[in-house]
Amino acid sequence: MATAHQTAGPYWHMIDFPAWADVLREGGPNAGAQGERIVIEGTITDGDGALVTDAMVEIWHADPAGRYDAEFQGFGRCATNAEGRFRFTTLKPGPVPGRGNTLQAPHVQIAIFARGLLSHVTTRLYFAGEPLNEADPLLALVPAERRATLIAEPTAPGTWQLDIRLRGGAETVFLDI
Amino acid sequence: MSDPIPYARPAPGSQPPLDSPAYRSTQSRAPLLAPIRAPHTLTEASSPRLTPMHYPVQADMSVHNGKAAMGERMIVAGRVLDEAGRPVANSMVEVWQANAAGRYHHVRDDHDAPLDPNFEGHARIFTDAEGRYRFTTIRPGAYPWRNHHNAWRPVHIHFGLFGQGFAQRMITQMYFPGDPLLPLDPIFNTTADEEARQRLVARFDLEVTEPEWALGYRFDITLRGPAATPFEDMSAQGGDHH
Repeated sequence: MATAHQTAGPYWHMIDFPAWADVLREGGPNAGAQGERIVIEGTITDGDGALVTDAMVEIWHADPAGRYDAEFQGFGRCATNAEGRFRFTTLKPGPVPGRGNTLQAPHVQIAIFARGLLSHVTTRLYFAGEPLNEADPLLALVPAERRATLIAEPTAPGTWQLDIRLRGGAETVFLDI
Repeated sequence: MSDPIPYARPAPGSQPPLDSPAYRSTQSRAPLLAPIRAPHTLTEASSPRLTPMHYPVQADMSVHNGKAAMGERMIVAGRVLDEAGRPVANSMVEVWQANAAGRYHHVRDDHDAPLDPNFEGHARIFTDAEGRYRFTTIRPGAYPWRNHHNAWRPVHIHFGLFGQGFAQRMITQMYFPGDPLLPLDPIFNTTADEEARQRLVARFDLEVTEPEWALGYRFDITLRGPAATPFEDMSAQGGDHH
């Protein structure tokens, strides 16, 4: 039987290393990696519409060629700031093989940890305008009217925004992985 | 590329429900809608392979800048295994905790207890090939947390584990045997299954204890395992007869 999850609590910042929000940081595992440089940002709000200013957000994604087994480590961690906002710098992932012979649209796995979450919640970020979104096997499982909660929109060249709502109206689609 | 072996779903009662009103903060933060159950793909099965080269080991919280922290020095050791009993090898483990007086070295902790200039309270270790980990620290103190009248958290250490795939990622807490606060703690009690709950409690271990130096506690952690026992030799030959 797996050990029970327990909340990360309010003081997880003791393991917050702000440099990790830059997946391409100098001296990090991906220094010098080549590809399309992007910024991923967004806000997190709770069921009352209040900004979640103490969350820990982690991302995990494939490299620009859609591989997980290469040198690139698409892992980052970021605290939400006083405006409830997270912000990562990384490279845009490529399409990734899915189950069977399917192809998944480029995506970023997101995990959110915080006080008040007994276990982390996970979701995915997709990129608006990707032709593969139409055929993505996971997006196909999501009711059409909720799909937009997983799709980041461009706000500036190379900058993608996805706002996350933990609970209530327009609640983000979370995944049981 | 063959499909990754799916991870098992948690046993009933072994994991806390997100919506646990006795833990007050869940009331505004726990999602209301059921999550979409997604078949595992490479996305969830391929770990971030975090290594000591870029994430340096810090295994001793009991000394800071060459000076000893205040409190009862102790060693915590254990193994990280999956549900099939296989060691989770070469995997990053993060820990963080309050100091001996029950205060975190954290800007938002305003508990009226002393800060220790020689204690920061976070460490990073890696499991070895057999899934073993070990670190040295100071026994943390209990602290108040305002969840309800006279609410005090039991003594605990936070553990963050990465496993071998994003689906195995886990954060949990290690508690101490005999803590009178345990039966009163809403967070500890969110795990319904008694046996699962007790496995959050470390045990004193004379084997881990070092003479004339520090008491030792053992805390073993089980991450999710494969949904079916993989027959690795068979699959390597392209067979799938089980």
